[in-house]
Amino acid sequence: MTPRRRPHPLVPAAVLAVSARPAPGVLLLPLIHTCAALLALVSLAVTLRHGLDERPVACAFGALVAVGELTRWTGAGVREPAPLGAAGALAYALLGENAGRPAGHGALQVVAVVGAAGLLGGVPHVARGRPGTADHLARRLLTVGFTAVCFQPLSDQGVLRAWRGPAWALLPAGLLALTALCDAVLAAALAHARTRWPFGPLLREELRALPGIGSAVCATGAVMAPAVAVAGLWALPVFSLPLLLTQVAFRRYAAVRATYRQTIACLARATEIAGYTPPGHARRVAALSRAVGRDLGLGEPDLTVLEYAALMHDIGQLSLVDPVPAGATAGLPAAEQRRIALLGGAVVRQTGAAAAVAEVVERQADPYREQPLPARIVRVVNAYDEKVRHAGPGAPLEALEELRLATAGEYAPEVVEALARVLAREGRDGLIPLTSG
Amino acid sequence: MEAVPARARAYVAGVACLAVLCVLPLPAVRPPWWALLFLAVLHAGCEHVARRRFAGTAHPAFAPAFHPVLLAGAFLLPPPAAALVALPGALLSRVERRPVLLRRVWRAARLAVAVAAASRVHGALGGRDAVAGADFPYVLAPAGAAVLAFCLVLTALDGGLVALGAGAPPPPLGPWGRAPVRRAWRGLLPRSLAPVAVHGLAGLMMAVLWRSPYGPLAALLVLLPMCVSWWASAQYHRERAAHQATIRALVQAVDIKDGYTRGHSERVGQASVMIARELGMDDERVEVLRFAGILHDVGKLGVPTRILRKDGPLTPEERRVIELHPEYGHEIVRGISFLGEARSAILHHHERLDGSGYPYGLAGGEIPEPARVVAVADAFDAMTSTRSYRRARPVDAALAELERCAGAQFDPRMVTALVRAVARRGWCPAVTADEALPPRGVPAPDGPVADRTEAHR
Repeated sequence: MTPRRRPHPLVPAAVLAVSARPAPGVLLLPLIHTCAALLALVSLAVTLRHGLDERPVACAFGALVAVGELTRWTGAGVREPAPLGAAGALAYALLGENAGRPAGHGALQVVAVVGAAGLLGGVPHVARGRPGTADHLARRLLTVGFTAVCFQPLSDQGVLRAWRGPAWALLPAGLLALTALCDAVLAAALAHARTRWPFGPLLREELRALPGIGSAVCATGAVMAPAVAVAGLWALPVFSLPLLLTQVAFRRYAAVRATYRQTIACLARATEIAGYTPPGHARRVAALSRAVGRDLGLGEPDLTVLEYAALMHDIGQLSLVDPVPAGATAGLPAAEQRRIALLGGAVVRQTGAAAAVAEVVERQADPYREQPLPARIVRVVNAYDEKVRHAGPGAPLEALEELRLATAGEYAPEVVEALARVLAREGRDGLIPLTSG
Repeated sequence: MEAVPARARAYVAGVACLAVLCVLPLPAVRPPWWALLFLAVLHAGCEHVARRRFAGTAHPAFAPAFHPVLLAGAFLLPPPAAALVALPGALLSRVERRPVLLRRVWRAARLAVAVAAASRVHGALGGRDAVAGADFPYVLAPAGAAVLAFCLVLTALDGGLVALGAGAPPPPLGPWGRAPVRRAWRGLLPRSLAPVAVHGLAGLMMAVLWRSPYGPLAALLVLLPMCVSWWASAQYHRERAAHQATIRALVQAVDIKDGYTRGHSERVGQASVMIARELGMDDERVEVLRFAGILHDVGKLGVPTRILRKDGPLTPEERRVIELHPEYGHEIVRGISFLGEARSAILHHHERLDGSGYPYGLAGGEIPEPARVVAVADAFDAMTSTRSYRRARPVDAALAELERCAGAQFDPRMVTALVRAVARRGWCPAVTADEALPPRGVPAPDGPVADRTEAHR
């Protein structure tokens, strides 16, 4: 971490502690933003005063970062929105020499160049009203600052000369692994501050995503620096291409994922239009299940399985000749519930969704002790949604009470408690987005 | 063993001999053995992981071979050594279809010959010295030539195999098929050049770093982004297959309710595609029309099963309920953004040109074009398949009937296009959805059920 990531010196620690208790995430966001802004301002001031060292190199890397930021793209499930910008920034932080000559730019110049390029590349995004530019820039500046502060002093003092050799790749790779960890913590903290979802699962999620695009970014950054050292600035375009390809592949993947999710949602809506279930039921159960799953610490792959299963949990009713009254399966005899669940599983198996989804749908009506966790969640949330549907303002509490009383065999107590926490946090008809993460 | 033509076997054997000839001068060139071993193991490892990752996807043909290591070998090593790098990976790779041995030999031989050619071209242009000196703009020229040579040799070898009546698209031999000689090579080169060029760039980066003071360890890092992008495209193909399965599941959900029309949706999709192609629409629109045809009756999910399965005449009340199905369908697919125009086709496929159709009674040009296409395709398939109340009509009679109704019910342009397309290519729809079901023409076991929407036309 850079020294600037500590709390602002003007805010006494006691005040932080007291005010943090009611809403732990409230101060986090301004804190991170202030640190990043201070870091950028100081580096810009120092760099302007001393002038740019190695102007062509600085301009080339600045251009790379700016282009990377221009092509920034955020979508569902995207961990690193601007891989090219990130790799360019990290490579600049790790650059010790250029075509055989020592580079000699300091850590502050790295931060200044990356910050200026990031601002430049972020302008169109801000102009088009896309959210998240400030968070993104803050994250980028702090991580690059960390890498540069760790690496550049060593490089300037010639410590690394001795290392130059086959083992050299280990040093930047290790340093970047450390940087990636810090970045994951930062990203999780920002997400926590924005969404109030528990920090632990968010961090776990970030860490789990590291081997994907994160590793590609770090590897490109780590490889670009020595390549520039050997071959000069020619290495930049050559080494950017595979990463661009990676970005395109990820976009394509995200696009087809989004389409797939829409199609699953349509399949789920079919039962509503057929009059088997009330409008919006599948969507509400899916959104609430996702929130409960998140509260219980499920990771992104499990959350996707849970969401798909929740969307399609009533699909078995399509096989019934006559609809269940109001689609309320929770009130049916257990054997009938299980029959519908099995019919649903048979349909889901044809959808190409993971076998885990079909299993959740099939086992949603089993006694909770025999169920996997996602099936428990679907069962509880489904029963809750059916109970509160027609009732008045006091219904959520009554429904929760009924679920608690029935936990003996049907509803898993820990899931009911998680549901209560989620409802308390977000409000019954509040801000549970369908397509988050 | 499946029936592999003898001449194809002979061809594979010939290419294998060529590969052996490429490797034979190995002791004479005194290759750096440890580098060779390292690259060979690396390539075999990548190949193994790749084949496992792509194993579950719908299109094994999309599993691209992992070329960066091979090409790095071609840039670093003399031709016989570079050819040797390719062998262990291909010979040990996993083969899912028989004949296993022949496929392994073929994979190994074609790669070895291609890599040797690439290495020879690269060496002849002085590429190895340029790589060692990191002589940057120049280093790209021999590398580009080598990549081109690699692609050309692979294309020539693959095309030869296809021309001899065995194997379809490049890397893993597809189903043993055959193609006319003049079509065997078509499309192979452009399809492979772009990915191989990117792999070649990565290979060049590996080679330059390998020769630099930073050594092979730094070169290894180059592979990471390639592997990640490769993983992402494997996921893409997997997810795409899942998506197509979901679309099919939507159609099958209709079949659950209305068991008699099995396969109808998919055939309507195919007829719509034929009409769209005949009208000269671009590929994207043709694809949209395929989905429009497949999903046109999805709104029947909203019609009570009792009415869909009712045996006997419908009351006016029930008929009105059934006529809601285009609106239900439109409502169901509302959230699928990629469908675009197909949604209007689903809503309006029962409109008639004279304005007497439903749901809105649109007339003439007010009806969206895709809807006019799907209406013709729907009626055509309904007439040419057997229903409980009548046998299937012959294709000619159905087309004559369509022509009779053109102008009043159907758009004459679409009818003419269908007539022309059927005259040119015939009508032999292949349906995947009902593979496990009794052949067409045999009534479904759950009793005679009419397609009510078609019955009252």
